[in-house]
Amino acid sequence: MTKLTLGPIAYHWSAEKRRDFFARIADEAAVDEVYLGEVICSKRAPFHEADLPVTIERLERAGKTVILSTLAEVMLKRERKATEDLAAMHAPEIEINNAAGLYARGRRAHRIGPFMNAYNEATIDWMARQGATHVCLPTELPGEAIATAARNARQLGLGVEVQVFGRASLAVSARCYHARAHGRTKDNCQFVCEGDPDGMPLRTTDDNPILRVNGIQTQSESYVDLLPETGRLVADGVTHLRLQPQAVDMVGVAAVFRGVLDRALGMEEAEARLREICADTPFSNGFYYGQAGYRRIANAASH
Amino acid sequence: MSLAELICPAGTPAALRTAVDAGADAVYCGFQDATNARNFPGLNFTPEELAEAVVYAHAKGTKVLLALNTYPPAGKVDLWRQAADTGARIGVDAFIVADMGVAEYIARTHPGVRLHLSVQAAASSPEAIRYYCEHFGVKRIVLPRILTIPEIRAIRKEIPCEIETFIFGNHGLMVEGRCSLTNYLTGQSTNMDGVCSPASDVEYTRHADGSMSSQLAGFTIDCFGPEEKAGYPTICKGRYTAPHRSEGYYAFEEPVSLNLSRLLPELIDAGVHAFKIEGRQRSKSYVRGVVSAFRRAVDDIREGRPADIADLIALTEGQKQTQGAFETKKWR
Amino acid sequence: MATSSDISHRPSWRNGGVVSRLACATVQPLLSRVVRRIAARHTSLFARLGPHQGTDYLIDPVELPFALHLRPDPKNLLFRAVPRDAMPRGGAVIRGRFLLLLELIDSEEDGDAAFFSRDLEVTGDTEAVVRLRNALDDMDGSIADETAEMFGPPGRAVLARLRRSYGNS
Repeated sequence: MTKLTLGPIAYHWSAEKRRDFFARIADEAAVDEVYLGEVICSKRAPFHEADLPVTIERLERAGKTVILSTLAEVMLKRERKATEDLAAMHAPEIEINNAAGLYARGRRAHRIGPFMNAYNEATIDWMARQGATHVCLPTELPGEAIATAARNARQLGLGVEVQVFGRASLAVSARCYHARAHGRTKDNCQFVCEGDPDGMPLRTTDDNPILRVNGIQTQSESYVDLLPETGRLVADGVTHLRLQPQAVDMVGVAAVFRGVLDRALGMEEAEARLREICADTPFSNGFYYGQAGYRRIANAASH
Repeated sequence: MSLAELICPAGTPAALRTAVDAGADAVYCGFQDATNARNFPGLNFTPEELAEAVVYAHAKGTKVLLALNTYPPAGKVDLWRQAADTGARIGVDAFIVADMGVAEYIARTHPGVRLHLSVQAAASSPEAIRYYCEHFGVKRIVLPRILTIPEIRAIRKEIPCEIETFIFGNHGLMVEGRCSLTNYLTGQSTNMDGVCSPASDVEYTRHADGSMSSQLAGFTIDCFGPEEKAGYPTICKGRYTAPHRSEGYYAFEEPVSLNLSRLLPELIDAGVHAFKIEGRQRSKSYVRGVVSAFRRAVDDIREGRPADIADLIALTEGQKQTQGAFETKKWR
Repeated sequence: MATSSDISHRPSWRNGGVVSRLACATVQPLLSRVVRRIAARHTSLFARLGPHQGTDYLIDPVELPFALHLRPDPKNLLFRAVPRDAMPRGGAVIRGRFLLLLELIDSEEDGDAAFFSRDLEVTGDTEAVVRLRNALDDMDGSIADETAEMFGPPGRAVLARLRRSYGNS
């Protein structure tokens, strides 16, 4: 059965907000697997890593599989250390987002994260031979390539995951753009990113909303929404659908996707509910159709 | 002391000859397709042109490095494999790669040809670099432009391969190989198609007051006043507004080029083996000017003379230059 | 080098009139000879132009009394002087001072640098311009010199004078 996963929180949500969020996810959300850990900025990790053991226990008690994700960017000593420490763990599972993590993990089982650039069957085959058990494909990969990659990965016995909801990660940098926007540098950022729980909106100078800044990460203004494409993804061999946490009712989002997967919810009804949950945020599925990522291709679904 | 090889860009056969004649130790180039990250219209080499270029370069003692530094999407891997086979047959001196599948194929199929790890692989720690060295026999790493010189020195001590750093040209802000900004607006991918702000989606508009705006796929990237210097129409060099920044500001970086000419001795001392000049999309005039200036500078340093650095500001984006992260971590 | 304000400075005769038409008629035979000769000598140029062999390029040297219309179709090559008031709607427009345009063609100047400094202006089909630039950049030798050679010593003298006058400005 197709699994729903909750991706790692990309933003700097406070420890309290996270505790509440995961308590609700554990109790109410129709997700099977939850990714935890700081992926974007190593400076944020100390704020919430003390809570990790409790959160893991809470989620597992609720029947969820927990996976710890590693940093996307590894450069500083503390980032290398954090990656090495995660790679040394026996449980829970880990998802690796940087080659430094692959090096530290060696041939022990691990998942490949979306920042790892597993674009094709040759790379996936290589990764599988090094111990990868599961691969999350890059968000910009078009549907045709997803199908080919998924078919090959399934033959190798790997789980295959695709992000179906939430802002797309479009870039990461060594520079913090939240700090820059406030006239600071990364080293004295004073964690201004905490003020933007769904990212800091950027508009073009002629007032067209375009991007979101999240520390060193740049995200799409639109939420990726592959709800109408879930049928094809599943038919093509995708085993896990990833919901990226946004500052909306994620329990509701999970319920909509679960309803569609279980055929308990019609597409029209499901889309209407998702629309309601996400208020005015635009939806996009352009990447899936090999078009501009921000675009919303209508009525293209085939079940 | 390292050799301080000068690695120079070539977008056309004529530019390659220009670079060789101006004193390049090695030239890097690519085929006319998605297998390299400068897949621009009218640029790059046919296999026949590359074969002739290799003969020309080798006759003058210059190496030719073939960039195969994009990420093949599933189902299209053969294009990259064929490009590698062609490059090996032609006799290029090294492949510059980013994708693990491509690296593994070359290591297995053409073990005699050197592998360099492209900046597009974004390997910025000793562990990441060692991963590629141990698995694919990578001989040189092209470092992302995000490290300070002390950090480069520290990395050098922990890795078994040579280091190449950019010293001049386009100052990419995003971690290379992890940027889908262009694809988000245009439907063409930097990683999979080798394009960044493709010309087919760029439009410049001249306004009555003499200002000029640049648009990418209909999105306004910047508007330059009549007297303002311009930059490339890339998303990461655009002007935007934020809730508390109602005046448009450069959210990522202003139009500016990297120029490390004053840091060359320190870079050599830190153990950098090769200096890379960006700009395969630039003209012969740029190649001639930049390569000969750095040739003189590197030769001066090798001979123990103070380096003579020609003024290259006219060639820089926005006619502005920076030492970026290399100078201080405050840049981050 | 010209400053950006020079681009927008336009003499009053610039937009057409008798002078402009007379000038066009005078230079036309020369242009036709030049372009046929260059096309014959540099055949590889057309491969790099790819799909833009049929594109209409308008080259606008701001201080000359006319603009130039280029359609680099190897089967039906077109290069003609046109008064500005009779310019066709071009696929791509390239505007700058005459010697700068000459230097760009000959790769003595860098096109991106001229664009950054605002001495060069590009409107219309940007890809067409990039292709033309890359095609020209792959040519060896100097088109300006070749053209001057076609007219013997007088041609060389004119080019030398042109370069001097701009060099001093």
